[in-house]
Amino acid sequence: MSKGEIVAGCLAPHPPHLVYAENPEQNEPTAEGGWEQLRWGYERLRESLADVDYDAIVLLSPHWQTYIGTHFLGLPSFKSLSVDPVFPNLFRYHYDLNIDVDLARQIHDRAADAGLAVKMMENPDFRVDYGTITTGHMFNPQWDKPLVVLSSNRSRDYYSVEVMQEMMMELGRVTREAILASGKKVVVLASNSLSHRHFTTESAIPEDMSKEHITSHAMHLWDMRMIEYFRTGQSQRILDEMPEFTEQAIAESDGGGLSWLLSTLDIPNYPGILHGYGTIIGTGNAIVEWPERNHQEASE
Amino acid sequence: MSDGKLVGSYIVPVHPHTVLAADQNEGWGRLRDAFGEAAQRIKDSDADLLIIYSTTWPSIIGHQIIADPNPEWVMVDNDFHDLGSIPYSFNIDEDFAHAWNQANENRGLKSRTVAYHGFPIDVGSVVALKLLNPDNAIPAVIVSSNVYANRAETTVLAKACMDVVKATGRKAVAVTAMSLSNRMFTKPIDPKDDKIHSLKDDEWNRKILEFLGEGRLEDVGQLSRTIHQQIRVNKVVAFKPMWWLSGMNQNRNNLTGEVLAYEAIHGAGGAVVHLDPAASGAGDKEYDEDDVEYFSGERNVLDSQGEENEMVSEPASTNSTTSNGPALWEPTESKDSVNSNAAPKPVGAYPHARRVGDLLYLSGVGPRQPGTNSIPGGPIHDANGQPLDYDIKAQTHAVVQNITRILEEAGGSIDDVLDVTSFLVDMDRDFKGYNEVWAETLGKVGPTRTTLAIRALPTPIAVEMKVIAKAPDN
Repeated sequence: MSKGEIVAGCLAPHPPHLVYAENPEQNEPTAEGGWEQLRWGYERLRESLADVDYDAIVLLSPHWQTYIGTHFLGLPSFKSLSVDPVFPNLFRYHYDLNIDVDLARQIHDRAADAGLAVKMMENPDFRVDYGTITTGHMFNPQWDKPLVVLSSNRSRDYYSVEVMQEMMMELGRVTREAILASGKKVVVLASNSLSHRHFTTESAIPEDMSKEHITSHAMHLWDMRMIEYFRTGQSQRILDEMPEFTEQAIAESDGGGLSWLLSTLDIPNYPGILHGYGTIIGTGNAIVEWPERNHQEASE
Repeated sequence: MSDGKLVGSYIVPVHPHTVLAADQNEGWGRLRDAFGEAAQRIKDSDADLLIIYSTTWPSIIGHQIIADPNPEWVMVDNDFHDLGSIPYSFNIDEDFAHAWNQANENRGLKSRTVAYHGFPIDVGSVVALKLLNPDNAIPAVIVSSNVYANRAETTVLAKACMDVVKATGRKAVAVTAMSLSNRMFTKPIDPKDDKIHSLKDDEWNRKILEFLGEGRLEDVGQLSRTIHQQIRVNKVVAFKPMWWLSGMNQNRNNLTGEVLAYEAIHGAGGAVVHLDPAASGAGDKEYDEDDVEYFSGERNVLDSQGEENEMVSEPASTNSTTSNGPALWEPTESKDSVNSNAAPKPVGAYPHARRVGDLLYLSGVGPRQPGTNSIPGGPIHDANGQPLDYDIKAQTHAVVQNITRILEEAGGSIDDVLDVTSFLVDMDRDFKGYNEVWAETLGKVGPTRTTLAIRALPTPIAVEMKVIAKAPDN
């Protein structure tokens, strides 16, 4: 078997507003647009990978929240209706996705061997979370690649950002090992926002962009600081500052996705590509690609 | 006014074990039996409405209320999916849901109803309705738990709910779907090994249950922040349900409480508790947090004007207006004066009201709140005189509330009002909202009325009323 490869790792946030604004056939409500900077960012990300061959997408979503370890979707397919419990007015999406159960099992088994609490999710009635669906749609609207979906183990809630990160670094390490051992080419997605303080009101027309901005200057400063690290390949500094960032920016990195992503990418020291940044009901969202395929020496 | 009321309150655990695996652990079985006992008590109470406040349905944009008359789906828990699936088909009172939504807005809350096919009813609500209302005989309503809501907002949410319960003459049961301590084991366990995660969690749980068993609900509510710090993992929703449940019960401490079961569910504290509104004959409030009628918090941050509000009013919005206006005075005591601790303090040397013969003359009444001096709907300007956005309807509601308090202190009621002179600082902006609230309140009583535009009032309020009322018989 040839050696597996991570062709890219991406920070790929999941606010349902992006799907709503795109008005795909699967989504019931319609919009006049909105959040173009981010939707165009996703377009640039898709274009960046349009000619890149890969076999599967490995995705960690903070909206499948588990408190007893990390769980993996463990059946070949899931088909249902996803209604966002927070923004049901914006997101009602019929999904039909395939799972690379073999790869999911390989990551699961390696994580178990490493001492992490893990479980395969094999209940056919399970509804896939809207974070997975939103990122899945925005990244690959054709849904023509199988997914591996990991839950967000809320160890930060139980312990601390430091403990969460330690566990996610380990999970990232075994994810990488499993991918490389699988012989498959894979894109890895962390589905989370940066700063994550919401507005608590919504304008009459949700896509009214005259109402959209970051919630506070402090949040902006944190987001720009992180993005600058992304753009300059300073992944270790991101990890070093993760506790302060997560707590002060109320960042969605609390779900572990960003730490896991950087670990899966072996803490890249090459620049990430910023495809887009924008706010959604006040939260900061960046679409960033680390094109590991162009930096293979980093994975050796 | 109809005579709707709360006929009972229950606290129930959220995890699916009681529905799907009650036979796998004796404690889970006892919780299931307690659910059955609670269901029978609810049935015997002739309740005609179940109101569920669930901690496993977080919301961000205000509170959400299920208004789909018949939500149907199959629920699978995020963690305990291996226990199985729970199909559900519930009987929701959509009319009550819509009325509650409107009542929330009337009290300054952001709120919306949810009626979408396939909306995922949360595990806590599913478990509660499956076991407390197994044949769907009693219509239900479900409300979310807002992740940003504080005590004031959660208390007002309850009061808005009770506005509708009373107005519609319902016999309602309030249910909070929640854990006590919520720290679960972070690895799978054998069901027979289940226990409360730590001795500390267990001791706190037992102390909470001791309070509840004595009917001291408001005391538990006012301990919520401490409880959260001590035994709660910082999941999405904090320990808020006691605020809501206490608000539903008029913040009382003399309910008749009974703990029907207390057991561990994967380490978390699960209890079934019944709180009967019948007075226990004992108990009084140990604490005295503010009683809040209207929410005037951060609900306009999308507007640039609102941002200024936020900067001015946070984090101590209820106190920020105390320095925004003249000094407060104790009400003047004199022959035939009527003064109330439940009304805002005067800004000069005068009483709240004075009885002369068969009439009561009230001093000008504004919307300021007793105790905090806060202004429902927000002040019209900040301490520097910079204009702020404000809600005239919330202010007008608060004026009527204060009038009611003063008249009740005199032994009368709002129905005694004979004549009102109203003062508005911005007739063009505010008359419509003021007039709507008038129609809903004093308009139904029928006093004569004169409305005047004036340049300013002593405090940063937009409306004040001068009232003459019939004096109650001595």
